[in-house]
Amino acid sequence: MYAIALVVVVLAVLIGDWDRIAFNFFNPEVMADMFPEVLTIAARNTLVYTLLSFAFGLVGALALALMKLSSIGPYRAFAIGYIELFRGLPALITLILIGFGIPIAFDFRIPGGRVGAGVLGLSIVAAAYMAETIRAGIEAVPRGQSEAARSLGMSSNRTLFTIVLPQAFRIIIPPLTNEMVLLIKDTSLFFVLGTTPLTKELTKFARDFMVEIRNATPLTVAALVYLAITLPLTWLVRRLEKRAAISR
Amino acid sequence: MAGETAGEASGNLTMTPAIEIIDLHKYFGDLEVLKGIDFEVSNGEVVCIIGPSGSGKSTLLRCVNRLEESTSGTILIEGEDITDPDADVDHLRTRIGMVFQQYNLFPHLDVVHNLTIAQTKVLKRDKGEAGRIAHDVLERVGLLDKIDEYPIRLSGGQQQRVAIARALAMNPDMMLFDEPTSSLDPELVGEVLDVMRQLARDGMTMMVVTHEMSFALDVADRVVFMDDGVVVEEGPPSVVLQEPKTERARRFLRMVIDK
Repeated sequence: MYAIALVVVVLAVLIGDWDRIAFNFFNPEVMADMFPEVLTIAARNTLVYTLLSFAFGLVGALALALMKLSSIGPYRAFAIGYIELFRGLPALITLILIGFGIPIAFDFRIPGGRVGAGVLGLSIVAAAYMAETIRAGIEAVPRGQSEAARSLGMSSNRTLFTIVLPQAFRIIIPPLTNEMVLLIKDTSLFFVLGTTPLTKELTKFARDFMVEIRNATPLTVAALVYLAITLPLTWLVRRLEKRAAISR
Repeated sequence: MAGETAGEASGNLTMTPAIEIIDLHKYFGDLEVLKGIDFEVSNGEVVCIIGPSGSGKSTLLRCVNRLEESTSGTILIEGEDITDPDADVDHLRTRIGMVFQQYNLFPHLDVVHNLTIAQTKVLKRDKGEAGRIAHDVLERVGLLDKIDEYPIRLSGGQQQRVAIARALAMNPDMMLFDEPTSSLDPELVGEVLDVMRQLARDGMTMMVVTHEMSFALDVADRVVFMDDGVVVEEGPPSVVLQEPKTERARRFLRMVIDK
């Protein structure tokens, strides 16, 4: 296996037209042209969209997780329906639904315009994914913890917020960070709602740049910027997981 | 019932028992685990509940502060019905300290915050007062030097002593102990029992589910032997533990002592 892989790599190096690859994918002039907008507009927008969707999604996810754990049947049913629906649909469908479907059907404008619709759509999807993570985190906190808190006279709400959730979130920081990495990449779907030069995120920015100058270097740059954001995050997840494993 | 006996010459006799359990039944599904329990614990009395596992003794204890909902029957805490659906259970629980087999310290809080969180959030004591009380009760259990540690850094015996301190910090009128030494390594049992012994000497009302027969013999005012969801025998420890009247109690004690 190893030998075959080596042969393939050697062949690729020998056959490849390296000048052409360098010109089209690693063109320094194009790279220079992209700065600083690729960072000040595109990367910044990607991060802002991600953080907003993550924050709103987290609030929604917490509500859904509590509903799913509730003893009240209709709450549970709603949470299950919501989670299954938005995890089962492509995120693109949800974005189009929020961005166009609902505004057309109800003659209603989402606050924040296209960006607002995008953030709302992605928050809805993120809430569905993170709800299951939070529920699992809450269930991972031993029952004895809430029994001890209740025996000290804490109400069930106080027990949840001061004893159970702080421990649950400690457990689920790694999977939540993974969700954030997925969200970063999902912001590339915002293009479907239409953009202005100032609201483009990384993928749309790179694609438009590429089409304009008929050179693929912008894709390389965008990829590197994505990795510059996601690799530290995944590294952080690994470290957190290791630390969690030690403290058990 | 035998609320005040001649043995209790404390001078401060209250008519109302600390805990009064009346015809308590508890089902788990179809399984009846408590089959009509009647007994009471007077103020300052130490009652040890013994019996084979599955006899319902932990369930009974957990019904007293309503961690477990009884199916029928009444439990009065200093005369107040905690089984009443309208009872202020959270408030009543502040008067009933509870110590668990698994300690259940809050692992995300250091020792001092384990001791102050319910004081400040439930009893609304200010931080300074709560801190002083935490300091005092930690001194009582001999762990003042661990005040800034996290629970994970403590031995099982130390964790259980902190758990006792956490309950004491609420100034409860009575304490429930649910097999407090059963998860401890044998060499750590003594330090926890010593703290409990001191507590009993200080006059705390205690209801203790335990397998520590020598502790029961030593400290209890009364021993209750439970089997199969009923109280089979109760009385002074020297009688119940050394000259039990019933065959079931004799058989249980033989098995425990053979271990």
